Amino acid sequence: MTVTSDRSAPADAPLGAPAPKRLGNLLKTRELGIVLALALLVAYTAIDNPRFLSGQSIRDNLLNTAILAVMATGQAVVVITRNIDLSVGSVLGISAFAVATLMSDHPGLPMAVAILVGLAVGAVAGLINGVLVRYGKVPALVVTLGTLYIYRGITYSWAGGSQVNADELPRHFLTFANDSLLGIPWLVLIAVIVVGAGSVLMRNYRVGRELYAMGSSPAAAELAGIKVARNLLGAFVLSGALAGLAGVLYAARFGTVDAAAGTGYELNVVAAVVVGGVAVFGGSGSVWGAALGALLLTVIGSALAVLDINQFWQQAIVGALIILAICADRLVAVRIARSLRKRDAHV
Amino acid sequence: MSETLRRSDAPGGIDLDRRPDRAGAIKSRLTSWDSIILVLTALVLLIASVTVDNFGTSRNFTFMVLDLLPIILIALPMTMIIVTGEIDLSVASTLGLTSSMMGWLWNQGLSIETIIPICVLIGAVCGVVNGFLITGLGLPSLAVTIGTLALYRGLAFVVLGDGAVADFPWNYTGWVTGTIGGGAVPNVLILIVALALVFGVVQHATPFGRSLYAIGANAQAAHFSGIRVARTKFWLYVGSGAVAGLVGVLWTLRYSSARADNGSGLELAVVAAVLLGGVSIFGGKGSLPGVLAGVVLLTALQNALRLEDVSGQALNIVTGSLLVLSVLLPNITTAVRGNWQRRKLRRAAAAR
Repeated sequence: MTVTSDRSAPADAPLGAPAPKRLGNLLKTRELGIVLALALLVAYTAIDNPRFLSGQSIRDNLLNTAILAVMATGQAVVVITRNIDLSVGSVLGISAFAVATLMSDHPGLPMAVAILVGLAVGAVAGLINGVLVRYGKVPALVVTLGTLYIYRGITYSWAGGSQVNADELPRHFLTFANDSLLGIPWLVLIAVIVVGAGSVLMRNYRVGRELYAMGSSPAAAELAGIKVARNLLGAFVLSGALAGLAGVLYAARFGTVDAAAGTGYELNVVAAVVVGGVAVFGGSGSVWGAALGALLLTVIGSALAVLDINQFWQQAIVGALIILAICADRLVAVRIARSLRKRDAHV
Repeated sequence: MSETLRRSDAPGGIDLDRRPDRAGAIKSRLTSWDSIILVLTALVLLIASVTVDNFGTSRNFTFMVLDLLPIILIALPMTMIIVTGEIDLSVASTLGLTSSMMGWLWNQGLSIETIIPICVLIGAVCGVVNGFLITGLGLPSLAVTIGTLALYRGLAFVVLGDGAVADFPWNYTGWVTGTIGGGAVPNVLILIVALALVFGVVQHATPFGRSLYAIGANAQAAHFSGIRVARTKFWLYVGSGAVAGLVGVLWTLRYSSARADNGSGLELAVVAAVLLGGVSIFGGKGSLPGVLAGVVLLTALQNALRLEDVSGQALNIVTGSLLVLSVLLPNITTAVRGNWQRRKLRRAAAAR
């Protein structure tokens, strides 16, 4: 953290003609790294036990990734703007409990309503975060650490030790997690849509590029006339809403929801985002990289079980992977800085 | 952390244009967050001991001191780290790892007198790893310590699995939970006071302590003025790890149970307490008395509410709100004051 000034993010790339291409290539290698790691892991595990590639196993892996990937999408957007949202685990909890209570009280409600309610609960939570960060001028780390406690506390006082059991929930809500369209489970489909939409938004749309610019240099973004306030609120609302959606998916998948649902998820989500190549100083990385990070973390877990390695190693491996990922980012940043300096020297 | 999460319009340097006259200094001293939190803590202690049954008893006092022991000890080095603008989220996992190692070493038949220094050393080594990654490789402390948070906790599980070791000698577990001569003052209070004094003197009365504030205010300027920024930060992480290791030992002895999941989630409570005590997450600001008051406030509130049969989890709302308010309120007052001053100037200009 001592030297931060020399890092160059892709958003401030268009300095000269050849730069974007080269930077693009370098970035591609960053996400390619995760793909390679994933391929290597899957290949090694599959050789050891071919059933790892069976339909059921792949399905399980994807189902387990879905919730994490949805949350990682929102987190990636927030981290790209050089902020962080630690409250996502608590937002998942409050949304899961709200939706489960609603569905057990009104079993006739369609699934779409459940999803909308989850999104709305999350969006409100995210809006509060965003307003405090932008207008209260409180750093995102402090705000979301505070709301991590507040939202969790609200859920606990609301639940008061009770929980919603699977037998109180309507059938169509519970089967939603396992139902599939064209052989793809709804849960996975929703995750793919969220990740895809998020990636396109961040890559191809004006607002997405503005979010990168804000992360690269908040002051410059403000001076350049970017509507920083609107975009920042949007990023937090998106992260909150997606955590709310994840709450609905959680309730549908696990059936039993208590006030502790999603406790500690924030660290998994941040881990997925960091492993996926989104730098914590903002301005670089991609949504689909974060989703790949989520997939990699999940596959590691199931691969350990298949390889008959002590399950207790999982967390340690995840930790080592996070550190490896930041080291890789650092290396890429240093290399970009050097290449830019060299080019500038010639001009 | 310092540079990365710093927003362009971060609060800081706002007060630069105010004249540092004596009355103003005293006034700003009185309205600073540290003093507010100190007064608030005193009020809570006073009100609770009058209105809550059993709060003021010596027995309850012992429990309260034991409850705040882990947070207050880890908060001491954490305050220094946050003052330099960095953060250490791996402390609770370091605690878990030392607790695991303690159980494992005990099962190997080592004597407790050898195990305790080894455990503190293990904590220090965890800090060395953090310090090397952050100052040696220049990686962001937030990301590194999230990584080592997972790594150390994972290693704790690798060492001990989901089992527990519980047969520690009674004269040690009894010392941690006991009181001086069977009176009202718990033995561990000596430890808390001694460490708080050492850390307080180092932070507020030595050149080293002042250099922490310089680093937090502007690491580059501190570097150019001859402060060894990287080396200072490195040793802070080593200290933080060693203290977390010591707390791992105390935690294990207090509950007389070495488990891999000991103290999980404690890092957020510590960071919350430090920020609540008025330390700026951007670095450069904050004092140890404020932090100590913050820890006492949180623990006393929790204790009083528990005695009143309020759910401990509902207290999360209070903790979280205080945490947000600790930054929000000073921001609002500066904004209002700035607005007011600007209006006064404008009026003066119009009158001229």
